[in-house]
Amino acid sequence: MTEQVDHRVAAPGRSNLDPAVLAGAESFARTWATAVIGSSYVPMTRAEVAAHLQALTEVLVHALHASPFRTAPGYEIGARLVEAHFTGTDTLGRTVQLLGDDLLGELGIQPDELMRSRLAALQGALAAGYARALRERTLAEQEAIRAAVLDARDQAEAALRASEARFRAMFTEAAIGIGIADIEGRILDVNQALQDMLGFSVEEMRQYNIRDLMHPEDGGSVWRLYDQLTAGECDHYRAEKRFRRADGEQVWTHLTLSLVRDDHGDPQYQVAMIEDVTDRHLLQNRLRYQALHDPLTGLPNRALFLERLGRVFNNRARHRAGLCYLDLDGFKVINDSLGHDIGDQLLVEVGRRLDHSVSGEGKLVARMGGDEFVILVEGSQDTQDIVNVADRVLRELESPIRIGGHELTVSASIGIVERALSGTTAADLMRDADITLYWAKADGKSRWALYNPERNAKEVARFTLSATMPAALERDEFYVDYQPLVRLEDSTVVGVEALVRWQHPEFGRLAPDRFIELAEETGLIVPLGRWVLRKACEQARRWLEEFGDAAPFVSVNLAVRQSRDPELVRDVKRILDECALPPHHLQLELTESAIMGTADEPLEALRALSDMGVRIAIDDFGTGYSNLAYLKHLPVHELKIAGSFMEGLRAADEEDAVDVQIVSTLVQLAHALQLGVTAEGVETPAQAKRLHRIGCDTGQGWFFAKPMKPESIDELLRR
Amino acid sequence: MDTVERPNWAPGDIDLGRPSIARVYDYWLGGAHNFAIDRAVGDKVLADVPILKNVILNHRAFLRRAVRFMLSQGIRQFLDLGSGIPTVGNVHEIAQATDPGARVVYVDIDAVAVAHSRAILTGNELVNVLQTDVRDAKQVLKSPEVQGLLDFDQPIGVLMVALLHFVPDSDDPHGIVADYRDAIPSGSYLAVSHAGYEEGEWDPAWDDAKTTYNRGVSEMTYRKKQDVGALFDGFELVEPGVARLPLWQPESPDDLDENSARFLGFGAVGRKP
Repeated sequence: MTEQVDHRVAAPGRSNLDPAVLAGAESFARTWATAVIGSSYVPMTRAEVAAHLQALTEVLVHALHASPFRTAPGYEIGARLVEAHFTGTDTLGRTVQLLGDDLLGELGIQPDELMRSRLAALQGALAAGYARALRERTLAEQEAIRAAVLDARDQAEAALRASEARFRAMFTEAAIGIGIADIEGRILDVNQALQDMLGFSVEEMRQYNIRDLMHPEDGGSVWRLYDQLTAGECDHYRAEKRFRRADGEQVWTHLTLSLVRDDHGDPQYQVAMIEDVTDRHLLQNRLRYQALHDPLTGLPNRALFLERLGRVFNNRARHRAGLCYLDLDGFKVINDSLGHDIGDQLLVEVGRRLDHSVSGEGKLVARMGGDEFVILVEGSQDTQDIVNVADRVLRELESPIRIGGHELTVSASIGIVERALSGTTAADLMRDADITLYWAKADGKSRWALYNPERNAKEVARFTLSATMPAALERDEFYVDYQPLVRLEDSTVVGVEALVRWQHPEFGRLAPDRFIELAEETGLIVPLGRWVLRKACEQARRWLEEFGDAAPFVSVNLAVRQSRDPELVRDVKRILDECALPPHHLQLELTESAIMGTADEPLEALRALSDMGVRIAIDDFGTGYSNLAYLKHLPVHELKIAGSFMEGLRAADEEDAVDVQIVSTLVQLAHALQLGVTAEGVETPAQAKRLHRIGCDTGQGWFFAKPMKPESIDELLRR
Repeated sequence: MDTVERPNWAPGDIDLGRPSIARVYDYWLGGAHNFAIDRAVGDKVLADVPILKNVILNHRAFLRRAVRFMLSQGIRQFLDLGSGIPTVGNVHEIAQATDPGARVVYVDIDAVAVAHSRAILTGNELVNVLQTDVRDAKQVLKSPEVQGLLDFDQPIGVLMVALLHFVPDSDDPHGIVADYRDAIPSGSYLAVSHAGYEEGEWDPAWDDAKTTYNRGVSEMTYRKKQDVGALFDGFELVEPGVARLPLWQPESPDDLDENSARFLGFGAVGRKP
């Protein structure tokens, strides 16, 4: 820093000074101090300044008296003043003036010519020493401050260089591609990563404009945003973008483009950061492929199929489409008997044959799961197009498939739906194809079935009925009508057949033929039959109470399933007991097949019922294949001859001889077996008369009465 | 050097086209560590306010008295904030004259001042120089120059001489002082000298000086006595409290004159209890 200030400037021979001269020197030094303090900053107190100047004064005193006289001490004092930082411009002037005015007087020296001369010489030497020292000091300090400036600049420059080097390194070494272009899109610089990514050198890239990098598959937003950015409307944006490499390959990238503005905020450069995401993209594609294809057969899977089907409906580029919904017949047997491995290989081969037979644009074969496949045909002309496809597929599957030494013959069932796209949906199409496949199976397999809206409506209705039947039973939507059974001899009502009806809230009054079969299928026939039985027995009891011996028995139909219900006998007995109805007031009607085709157990039940006193009738006799020999051993009391035999007996003027013969034979047979005979479907007086003549015991039919409410039966009985 | 064209790579803090406070002060103190642009501004300000020369000398003298006072209180480490160009009478010279083991950290934002300081302090291991904006106390306090030299378990003398009138209220001078105060241990001292005047003393020349200063060197804020006292929140002021700069513990009655009681600035030293 500054040179050390020497506070201990010692005057040679100081001790030799006369005390009076010393006091004079002290006094002069104080005056000197007052004169120069404030003209310069010196890091000393006033007292220190005075002490310092006194020492210099003493040097002067010695110099004045020295022999030989020399001016060097004056020169040295000048230098020492500068050294102590008495550098203010007024300091020298004041000092020189003070020396001339006051020094000799203060020191008590006679101002003779010699002393004046010596003093003047010393003043000159002091001024010269001061000037020289100040000049040196100034030059040194200027040198120092310039050096400091250079130093500071060097450091700043070094920092800048380091910073630039860092940024350059960041640009050069970045794993991400970086490119810089001016606002017109001229490429100015690209880093190594971007050169590697696109396969162009930086020189080649500089020939390009950003717009040259446009890819035909670019989304419209990429370039719309680019225009906005170069116009300064947005500062950066991100996009997925493809580039064509120098070698023609494609690079998928994630692009971030940023706008660099100048000091005025005007667009100046654009900086692109480009990340190669091709691998990620391919992986995504592979994952997507895996997600959309069946690993076993390599065919599109259900998801892809549904996606494509959805697209068909969204685009509506075509007007019609068709589906073949295919399921192998008996695949489960192959799987179970030969093992899943064989089953899988079979599926692979079936998939291959399907794919082979159904190639071409707008056609898609997919495996829906298990042994179900589906073929989508977009833009079909008509149903025949799809039928042709189905025929081809069935033909293709005809030749046996050889797997692991097995020669397997497979067949398939196919449901076909083909229709105009308007007015239907993908879900409709799928559902209808599925239903139709079921029809193909139900119709005998190894075939295709065509979707038929009427058939579907019927099935839907059937389904609706069967689905709502249990609730209907609970809600008492069923009721029982009764049709009189009339003794032909005297037209007396001897019995009534209980006929169940369904007052459906939607479809209205339904006859048994609409729902009994459904009830048989679903098993609901058992509780329904039990309900009818109870209703009929309760009614029979009421008639018994009102009409006594004239009360009719009730004849209740027993479905096949009921006849095999192990609870049948107990149910009947309990109901009879609860209704307090004598068993002979109840007749149970069974079809021939129900009785004939049965094993021992149901027969036992019938025997038990018969033993109980309940009458057993065979309904619709003559339409099945009754074992007449067997009939003899059955616990049966009555035969009801099917109404179809009554046709020939219908007309008033002529009769069909064969029908007459059949009926009379049946009557004779029954009577031979000591069974009663009831003729069903009697509709005309001629029929009634002829039946009576033939010997038939009882008649039933519209000629006598239609099924009616129990109250109407009451009236009939009261007549 | 006034025609020096600033190279386009040079950071703003080595802008030779602008005067620097540190170099203007050096010029006023009789140094030659300055350039034409600094001297032009220095002369202009002095022409407007001739007494300013005296003001500058007084700030420098206050620094000496404050450091000597702290030395007498046993302080042996100093943090000189806004130290400027080491012209003459520098803190380490004053302190090391008393105790050669005294340690000093100089802090200034002026890159040239710092480069010069480093150049002449090479080899003095008890002195560090740091180029940082002293307003960022955290940056200063956590710097290796400070952490490596000062012992924060021992009292520290913090010097803000002719500094805070260059910190406008918008830069929160109280907060800056408080940041340093919170970092130093009990028994530490703070010395502040600050341009200012009392209510009713207004001299239009001061405004001219301020304007010249603001335009040429740096924005300057005069503060009143009580505002300077408020900077010592958390300190106990030593005698005579906030005083006109020449009146703060004068070394000699001869140093005072009729103008001392109207001096354009205050000085004070406080102790952190």
